[in-house]
Amino acid sequence: MTTRSLRSLSGALKPLFNGHLSRVYGVSACNQRHKSTYAPPPARYGGRHTVTLIPGDGIGPELANHVRELFRFCCVPVDFEVVNVDSSMASEDDINNAIMAIRRNGVALKGNIETNHNLPPSYKSRNNLLRTTLDLYANVMHCQSLPGVRTRHRNIDIMIIRENTEGEYSSLEHENVPGVVECLKIITKTKSLRIADYAFRTARAKGRRRVTAVHKANIMKLGDGLFLECCKEVACGYPEISFDSMIVDNTSMQLVSRPQQFDVMVMPNLYGNIVSNVCAGLVGGPGLVPGANYGEDYAVFETGTRNTGKSIANRNSANPTAMLLASCLLLDHLRLHAYASMIRRAILSTVTETRLHTADLGGQGSTSDVVQSIMNAIQSTGPQTLSI
Amino acid sequence: MAAHSAVLSMSKIINPFWGGLLGNTAKVFGTTVTSHRSKTLLTGENIPPPAKYGGRHTVTLIPGDGIGPELLNHVREVFRFSCVPVDFEVVHVNSALETEVDINNAITAIRRNGVALKGNIETKHTMAPSVKSRNNLLRTSLDLFANVMHCQSLPGVQTRHKNIDIMIIRENTEGEYSSLEHESVSGVVESLKIITRNNSLRIAEYAFRLAREKGRRKVTAVHKANIMKLGDGLFLECCREVASGYPDITFESMIVDNTTMQLVSKPQQFDVMVMPNLYGNIVSNVCAGLVGGPGLVPGANYGRDYAVFETATRNTGKSIANRNIANPTAMLLASCMMLDHLELYDHASSIRNAVLTTMNETRLHTADIGGQGTTLEVVQSIMRFIQSKGQLTSDL
Repeated sequence: MTTRSLRSLSGALKPLFNGHLSRVYGVSACNQRHKSTYAPPPARYGGRHTVTLIPGDGIGPELANHVRELFRFCCVPVDFEVVNVDSSMASEDDINNAIMAIRRNGVALKGNIETNHNLPPSYKSRNNLLRTTLDLYANVMHCQSLPGVRTRHRNIDIMIIRENTEGEYSSLEHENVPGVVECLKIITKTKSLRIADYAFRTARAKGRRRVTAVHKANIMKLGDGLFLECCKEVACGYPEISFDSMIVDNTSMQLVSRPQQFDVMVMPNLYGNIVSNVCAGLVGGPGLVPGANYGEDYAVFETGTRNTGKSIANRNSANPTAMLLASCLLLDHLRLHAYASMIRRAILSTVTETRLHTADLGGQGSTSDVVQSIMNAIQSTGPQTLSI
Repeated sequence: MAAHSAVLSMSKIINPFWGGLLGNTAKVFGTTVTSHRSKTLLTGENIPPPAKYGGRHTVTLIPGDGIGPELLNHVREVFRFSCVPVDFEVVHVNSALETEVDINNAITAIRRNGVALKGNIETKHTMAPSVKSRNNLLRTSLDLFANVMHCQSLPGVQTRHKNIDIMIIRENTEGEYSSLEHESVSGVVESLKIITRNNSLRIAEYAFRLAREKGRRKVTAVHKANIMKLGDGLFLECCREVASGYPDITFESMIVDNTTMQLVSKPQQFDVMVMPNLYGNIVSNVCAGLVGGPGLVPGANYGRDYAVFETATRNTGKSIANRNIANPTAMLLASCMMLDHLELYDHASSIRNAVLTTMNETRLHTADIGGQGTTLEVVQSIMRFIQSKGQLTSDL
């Protein structure tokens, strides 16, 4: 592993180069990580990035294969390090290997890992473990009405920012008295401030006008009350963005009647889960929306609604759009913007063709047809591609 | 009121005399025999006799805040007009006060009368966290464990989805609404979500019994047991246990995020849904939005001994209060459900038919369903329709 030996070399060289803004790594200077704490150097050598790929279960493996096919076809300078996580094993070795690989590479693309209900409750959700260990605190999902997909609502453009590590997903439960289970929902000030700050920063960066905080503070006064307070605090520092709050039940009702009123939404973990699924349903279903999990040092990309899709696995009927758009988000994160926009354009032009719609959009196309059409669209626009 | 309490105390004296002879199903109250409280009771339980004397029922009325008072006035108007034998005992609950005296009075009144119709009582965010939600307090003190909401597409209302007919049964007393929170470490708040085996079995049993009674084919349990393995896992287990006793009804389960996604794409696949408290709140609001909004759907909270009726989505509607634009349909349909509970079926169906017929007239639609009609116009149209049907009515 030349990368490892080089890293140890740069470790030896570190005292010579003080300051953390420039880390000499091989021959390329990296200036992408300006942070005050130690950040791992990006996994880039010779101009090619290395990205961890976790196929997961259900439709994950086939879609991950399509992503690799497409990247190879477009000559994208990304190499995938595949780490398989077996969801039926009770030991945590697999997921720890995956986490190590992501720490090494900094970026990952993953399919959803199934959580087997038959295993004992001590077996934690692997996806959850990954998110909390890597502290991927922000889950960002951008729901946009796609022109080629016919839905009941039009002109939806909602950005959902969901706290990804605490809240109801703390996996802390106990049964003190038999037959009475207590689940703890944890809300902390630091994490709420962090996610609110992330939301406002993102809103400002994307030129958004309004942030809505979704909560249930009339019932969970201390918990969601704290979340709401933190959002209000952060909102004061962004006077050009208007801030309002809405109770989660009213939000879901407004979403199904008039979703166009929402711009950016920020919320704790469980409400984020439900609201993002409602929005995904509104724009056309789970096969269309990509999702991204951002942390301080790492980023993991996946489909927005995190479905394993067990019932449609290996039948060539899954919709590859979500996973491919997630890979475009990945390329944007790696600053390979040209490749990202090229692939995204090809995907969106393919989605407008109704005869290529897969079963979840009401059509009869197959996954491989869709991917083939995307590759054709890329080839016709002219950049360097391998032969099909 | 004095007459009521006198008769009540008299029946308490008579009770031991009759208890052994008649068992649980007939309680002699004055001279009328009432049988709508026939339940399997444990011996020794003191169930209050129904508040019915001289053929007239007494029902507690809690106006609440926002649009509550005006809508409940309309309900009283319609009832007086249709000569419904129901008297309302109005109990005001002031949401601005921090003491629990008001809500305790209301609870006592409901215990006395057994049935109530209420508007939503506002929970002010600015007050201290120790001030609990009044609505929540009411539900847990009276142990109204089942919240039932029937979402049906109404023919006169244009919505994006058609042919929706979902019955949502939501656990009403525990779950995330236990109001148990603490801040052990400053900046870290723990909220407890409580799931108990007894309550889960009870709500599942209620759901399946109701499904069987109404001839429904399928019950879906909504949960998040992949993350909350012990909590929602217990709920799911209880549902499965109860399901095995009802082989004629199909049982399936679905994770809440998938459920909400399916609801916005294909809501026709759902029949009866049972779930814990928070998911019930969100799913019922999504369904209400699908059939036309918060102004159309009535909700009922059933306990073993009491029943409280209100609008399903429990909105105060502060922003549209006292402007004559609120939609009275939800509250009127809730009052029809109350009449059904009191076994005054004729009155219930006449008012319900009138409400649904008025709903078909687009020019009478209120603002929330896209029209420009006022509340008063809608109510008057309903009363005119009732009068045209030829039943006994007072003057308009």
